[in-house]
Amino acid sequence: MQVYWTLIRRELSSHFCSWTGYVVIACAAFLFGASFNNLIVALKAQATDRPVTELFYGTIYFWMIVLLAPPVITMRSFAMEKSSGTFETLMTAPVSDAQVVLAKFTGALIFYILLWLPSLGSLAVVRYYSRDTTLLDPATIGTTFLGVVLLGFLYMSMGCFASAMTRNQIIAAMVSIAGGAALFLMSFIAMVFSTQTGWEAQLLSHVGLIEHMKDFARGVIDTRPLVFYLSLTALFLFLTFKVIESRRWK
Amino acid sequence: MGDGLMIQVENLTKRYAGHTAVTDVSFNVSRGEIVGLLGPNGAGKSTIMRILSCYMPASAGTVRVAEHDVFTEADEVRRRIGYMPENNPLHRDMRVREYLRFRGALKGLTRNRCRERAEIVMQQCGLAEVHRKIIGHLSKGYQQRVGLADALIHEPELIILDEPTIGLDPNQIRAVRQLIKDLGQKHTVLISTHILPEVEMTCNRVLILHQGRILAADTTENLQHLMSDRGQVIAEIAAPVAELKACWEQMPEIEHFDLAPVDGDYIRCSLTGQPGVDLRPQVFASVCAQGWQMRELTRSRHSLEDIFVRVTHGEKEEEAS
Repeated sequence: MQVYWTLIRRELSSHFCSWTGYVVIACAAFLFGASFNNLIVALKAQATDRPVTELFYGTIYFWMIVLLAPPVITMRSFAMEKSSGTFETLMTAPVSDAQVVLAKFTGALIFYILLWLPSLGSLAVVRYYSRDTTLLDPATIGTTFLGVVLLGFLYMSMGCFASAMTRNQIIAAMVSIAGGAALFLMSFIAMVFSTQTGWEAQLLSHVGLIEHMKDFARGVIDTRPLVFYLSLTALFLFLTFKVIESRRWK
Repeated sequence: MGDGLMIQVENLTKRYAGHTAVTDVSFNVSRGEIVGLLGPNGAGKSTIMRILSCYMPASAGTVRVAEHDVFTEADEVRRRIGYMPENNPLHRDMRVREYLRFRGALKGLTRNRCRERAEIVMQQCGLAEVHRKIIGHLSKGYQQRVGLADALIHEPELIILDEPTIGLDPNQIRAVRQLIKDLGQKHTVLISTHILPEVEMTCNRVLILHQGRILAADTTENLQHLMSDRGQVIAEIAAPVAELKACWEQMPEIEHFDLAPVDGDYIRCSLTGQPGVDLRPQVFASVCAQGWQMRELTRSRHSLEDIFVRVTHGEKEEEAS
């Protein structure tokens, strides 16, 4: 357990002791700002009965953060250690492969969650100036955040997997962006199939990330997306573990 | 069996896709020894070290460190070794003390112990004055010491150093060698190198590797003896070529000689004697007898290359016969 925490601390400090972490947070904050601006403009133009969280999290900016931040955060995790050679010192210390994979994943996830915290500030501003306590209820914000964190689980594990497969950070980021975007675009295919009733439509309805997020932003926790995100995360972490372990098969 | 043995390697073979890096290698290292793995690049030194440090498994054979198998009891083995890989990879964004504490914690030391040990190894490796510096900003020599300090932090029984002096300047090399010698008093040390004097200066015993096989395994004294027993002697003598030729041809101990004119009247003679014979006294005696002038008489230093040529040559002869 001590090893696990030591590795997580190291992961986090590698983000915060260099520019990359701050640049990622700054870019995300900029996109939040744009998103916030959208929200204000929309609320000014016309009244809406949709929850504010849904407006806030249904924008293109939100998805840009979800799709672009995880590859940038995770691309270094294994690829950099491999290219600099520190992977060898790490794996010859008395640590297990599973500990390393889980610690890298947890470290990246914690950074991802920290990245989203400033968005709460925007919501607080809306709440303060609207003087309407019913506008934003904490439970809905909670479920929205749960959705964001679950997306983080999936995308971070995917990013770790991509990073473990190569020693080149750029390749890791590109693979992870491509995989993430492909999964995201399934939502649009799902929308096309939404009027049909065949098995394809049923299958696609379960992988529609946009639909899942809409539900979470409305305050609905459905177990199906929950299982979907957690099982895919477990799958990617298992694959990452196997890739790390594969040096023993060669 | 195995009492007092730190490393037991039996019939170790490592195959990568397409080629075999190490073929049927067996050797033992006792506790407290400083052993050098000597060989040119690509001889299989790093492969053997990586297997010993549990980074990758062997294709065949057994490897045991302190009575623990490196494959089935990797965790036990890793606790007992301090390994510094080739090119000494470090987290260049960390500070020296921070890095050493991080490595100590990874290797299972408690928080307090970590602090204590970090201070001790920094003293030991001469890092005390740079403990707050970022590793990436340190000179190569200091970085090498950080790598050594990392290998020592958890007081391992066995220290494995892959090319510890590569890329250092002569003063730094000397300091690192002295450090390795000091370590040998408490720990078992295995170092790899392709520099012969390094082995002569630091190691008790040498394993010569070539193309994944052990060609010679002996103490440094025996190895030096092996090297010098058919030593080549260089003499620069001022004499007519024909007389020199006749003189060397008469001497039964000389197997082979080469003559090359240098400046003035001097002729450079390269004389190869029979095994175990030192030609220098005889050469000197005959030069005196003839009344020639001589300005140099020396035994040519055997480079690592010569040893390899000799040992590999011997192997080829065996194969042929």
